[in-house]
Amino acid sequence: MQKQAIFQSKLLPYALVAPQLAIVLIFFYWPAAQAVIQSFLLQDAFGLSTSFVWFENYLELFKDPAYFAAIVRTFAFSFAIAVSSLSFALLLAVMADKPLRGSTLYRTLLIWPYAVAPPVVGVLWVFMLHPSLGVLSRYLRAMGVDWNPLLDGDQAAALIILAAAWKQISYNFLFFLAGLQSIPKSVIEAAAIDGARPMRRFWTVIFPLLSPTIFFLLVINIVYAFFDTFGIIDTMTRGGPGKATETLVYKVYTDGLLGGNLGSSAAQSVILMVIVVVLTGIQFRFVERKVTY
Amino acid sequence: MANVTLRSVRKTYPGGFEAIKGVDVDVGDGQFCVLVGPSGCGKSTLLRMVAGLETITGGEIDIGGRVVNQVEPADRDIAMVFQNYALYPHMSVYNNMAYGLRNRGMAEAEIRTRVEEAARVLELSPMLERKPRQLSGGQRQRVAMGRAIVRQPKVFLFDEPLSNLDAKLRIAMRVEIRKLQRRLNTTSIYVTHDQLEAMTLADILVVMNGGQVEQIGNPLDIYQKPATTFVASFIGAPPMNLMPLRSDELTSQIAGADGAGIVGIRPEDFVITGETASGGVALGLTVEAIEHVGAETFVYGSRRREEQGVAANPGELPPGEVIVRVPGTTGPAIGERIRAVAPRDKLHLFTADGRKRVGP
Repeated sequence: MQKQAIFQSKLLPYALVAPQLAIVLIFFYWPAAQAVIQSFLLQDAFGLSTSFVWFENYLELFKDPAYFAAIVRTFAFSFAIAVSSLSFALLLAVMADKPLRGSTLYRTLLIWPYAVAPPVVGVLWVFMLHPSLGVLSRYLRAMGVDWNPLLDGDQAAALIILAAAWKQISYNFLFFLAGLQSIPKSVIEAAAIDGARPMRRFWTVIFPLLSPTIFFLLVINIVYAFFDTFGIIDTMTRGGPGKATETLVYKVYTDGLLGGNLGSSAAQSVILMVIVVVLTGIQFRFVERKVTY
Repeated sequence: MANVTLRSVRKTYPGGFEAIKGVDVDVGDGQFCVLVGPSGCGKSTLLRMVAGLETITGGEIDIGGRVVNQVEPADRDIAMVFQNYALYPHMSVYNNMAYGLRNRGMAEAEIRTRVEEAARVLELSPMLERKPRQLSGGQRQRVAMGRAIVRQPKVFLFDEPLSNLDAKLRIAMRVEIRKLQRRLNTTSIYVTHDQLEAMTLADILVVMNGGQVEQIGNPLDIYQKPATTFVASFIGAPPMNLMPLRSDELTSQIAGADGAGIVGIRPEDFVITGETASGGVALGLTVEAIEHVGAETFVYGSRRREEQGVAANPGELPPGEVIVRVPGTTGPAIGERIRAVAPRDKLHLFTADGRKRVGP
């Protein structure tokens, strides 16, 4: 069904969409175009001369083992963040879906972390797990773990994943809860009468019926892990120690703003844009089409 | 094969609301029991308590000689057909039916035999690989039936299984369900708000109202001797005409009607005639509306105050609307004045509060 409004003036509809168009043009298309142009340019160290180098920035990137390492790292981070955040959120949602007293209260409490800004999340976890100040670090050491994320790259990575996943749990929880509540109760009752125990009921009925939600959240979480973890990384590790927590987005920042290599940074941005387009495409293709089961 | 016995079963919700106020029902082995009542009367709640989907807060439910109050739904050996069918939307028709058997660890070969047999009986064989969303309402309903019968449970529970179907299909499925139940001879409890469904399906009819049983019995017995005015007006379509007896003269005229405050007359027990049978009731009516159904005609007449002196003899009843059934298509014209007469033995007499039948 198509809804059509009839306008008397030919200009009015354009005037109405103009503000939105202006915002998109100024804050997205213009910088995006700048990035594309910049990615074909090479500047000297002092920014005095600029030359057009075609795809040299891109070729340099793909030859650079550090860039390749960042790609692998980013995908590993995204996967770890998405899986841990999704599974924990699902567990919480399944528990919160049960008819218990005070469920509205803890549903609300579980949603709160989503309101916390990523850098604040970073600071929070840094303090809790700081090698010399952190509360949790004391317990970890007491348990015999040589905990020092400032020096140990793997530990730093774990820390980022932990904080980023924690931040995203609320969002996932919200969608999972809505998804669970949209499953007809009678279907679950039918499964109970059909002799399926709670665990089997979950894996054979509830989980498959949640699959559209799971797929949607998976895409959303990967996008989140790719792009929105900047604040967390910046406050917690600044990409370090070494390059252990430098994701593609953080590398754009360090290479461009800190390293001054604007051409390479722009090329990296363009690659990231392509990734976003692909992810959004996947999402539209499978989620918007309402593929269910 | 099992009896189902409910012994003073109660359900009180945490808020204090009493949904079921002590129900005693005994369903014999292989019998088809129908719970009927208006919405909110507790019939579905009672069925869900038998299924184990609602807790029992008082009394006992006994299935096949075993009290099941604390038994999980899966272990009660029952199968249920839900109003919205509750099919597993992500599973094929075959898997929908096989699911309950797989959960019980049955061998795949045996499952195949049973599902294919059920599909054959229900004419679902060509659709075994389809998903529920690719089926029509009637087909979904049959899958839900199939899921119940492959399990070969002790008891079938039906929760308004036909209410989502169109009228024609509903009648066809009603007959199918009855035939299937006779053939399988499985004890069944069936919930409906449709009195016609209830009348046609039941071996034992349980009429419920406000969380209580109004009457239990054979459908025809209930139709012929409703125990309360609620049952009288609920069972039968169009409903029984219920009229309060206004004066003491009337109660004395209707012999043997001690304590009667309400008289009920079924629309089909009236005859439009000039003669009055002795001991019967005659009503003077002005025809307000006529409904032609084909095989029969319903005459809606009103009894106006000014007409009573002329027509009401010997029963003097207060003004109101009266429905009279006339066989065939011949009936009076709108606006015509008629005399509707009911013989003495067709009168139903109740106490003034309608809670008790006093005669005949």
